Amino acid sequence: MVLKEEDLSCAIALRCRKCGREYPLEPLNLCDFCFSPLEVNYDYKSIAEVMSRERITEGPSNMWRYRELLPVDDNVVDIGTGFTPLVKADNLGRELGLDKLYIKNDCLNPTYSFKDRVVSVAITKAREFGFDTVACASTGNLAASVAAHAAKANMKSYVFVPFDVEPSKLTGIAIYNPVLMTVKGSYDDVNRLCSQIAQRYSWGFININLRPYYAEGSKTLGYEVAEQLGWLAPDCVVAPAASGLLFTRIWKSLDELSMLGLIQPVNTHMYITQAAGSSPIVNAFEAGILQVHPVKPNTIAKSIAIGNPADGYYALRVARQSGGGACAVTDEEVVEGMRLLAETEGIFAETAGGVVIAGLRKLVTSRMIRKNELTVAFITGAGLKTQEVIAEGVHPVVIQPTLESFEEVLGKRA
Amino acid sequence: MVKRGVKFTFPPTLIKEPIIYSLGQQFKVVTNIRRADVNGDKGWVVLELEGEGEDIERGIAWVTGKGVRVDPIVGDIVEG
Repeated sequence: MVLKEEDLSCAIALRCRKCGREYPLEPLNLCDFCFSPLEVNYDYKSIAEVMSRERITEGPSNMWRYRELLPVDDNVVDIGTGFTPLVKADNLGRELGLDKLYIKNDCLNPTYSFKDRVVSVAITKAREFGFDTVACASTGNLAASVAAHAAKANMKSYVFVPFDVEPSKLTGIAIYNPVLMTVKGSYDDVNRLCSQIAQRYSWGFININLRPYYAEGSKTLGYEVAEQLGWLAPDCVVAPAASGLLFTRIWKSLDELSMLGLIQPVNTHMYITQAAGSSPIVNAFEAGILQVHPVKPNTIAKSIAIGNPADGYYALRVARQSGGGACAVTDEEVVEGMRLLAETEGIFAETAGGVVIAGLRKLVTSRMIRKNELTVAFITGAGLKTQEVIAEGVHPVVIQPTLESFEEVLGKRA
Repeated sequence: MVKRGVKFTFPPTLIKEPIIYSLGQQFKVVTNIRRADVNGDKGWVVLELEGEGEDIERGIAWVTGKGVRVDPIVGDIVEG
């Protein structure tokens, strides 16, 4: 394939991860032969001819600066996603015993989570494929992002979430005017229902028939981190895992950059963190097995409460092959993690972020991550989405509107 | 006629039970296995069910009632 300057997508086919069969770039999710997931395959040789550090640097200050590595052809549906801050976390690092800790802060995306990355790609493809309606099953963050991007693209959207999703998330979804359905069941029940709806209705289902394309958006997290570190892969990555997709795509992104000669060969150790109440991948890692057994989720970290993760096996493999690890944290530790991050670095993360910070603490304590290792912790969503979990700990000091009242309290507190 | 891809996850107590055979016999559902991993500890099977929609639903309800976890093969869950 000869890449012309105006050719922007080097995606050439969908390929089965298990058996290698190839399919055209259509709204397909599974291999027709073995029912395994499909993923986008690229012509990396052509990409290497045009992609350079300089070209990327000259690109837009958002996720689309890496467009050559994303499977889109037309004008993108973008609401200003990506190129979020990579913050050197000196205070948190000092607290945990790490000299080179960075936080990748995806709270600052337009709908306040990393889902904007995957949805921007998926909705762009949905429009390319001619869909006029998009839909998704979600624990909350994806629904908000789908609704927002659908609004931007003038598409109708249906979003399905479990009935017990945090109220603050529901508001953050409804504002974009999708058809918002709360389902009386767990996320796994929502997913089962959506699989039936997807068969009956010709909609662009973001995490069903558009999943191979949606998945690619997560790679931009890894690209950005490498670029922001000065074209360097970190020694350690600590990220949350729900379906495991994000985790595998961060790994893939670093591998792609290395293959293209943009960074040195990758020697990054990848660490999975999950909530103990929904930790099927961690369970498998700790048991020393490759099979991820489903669990029934029960945790306050609802955004990552997936009992039977679609990419669990692949995330497990990445953790093992990279010489990384996995750890699970209790709900109490999740809240402590949220507080610690906010009180040291001024970043208010949602529960998934609390999982990452609490997990990071455990990984350092157990010496799996060493003091001088350049470590990046991925914070995937903002705390306002799950503020209910810390509401109990809010105790403002009540004073009278007098100086005396204030100084009395000040004296007591001192 | 409808086709649906599902994943059955069997607990240890049901590994030796002919669940898939019985599903086909009792509910007139054609079962077509695509991938599987079964050992003494646990087992999972990815298969396609083909039949009338109602028969498939009743069959899945029966399988679930026996203690087998049933997941669709699309979406963010299910892989092996």
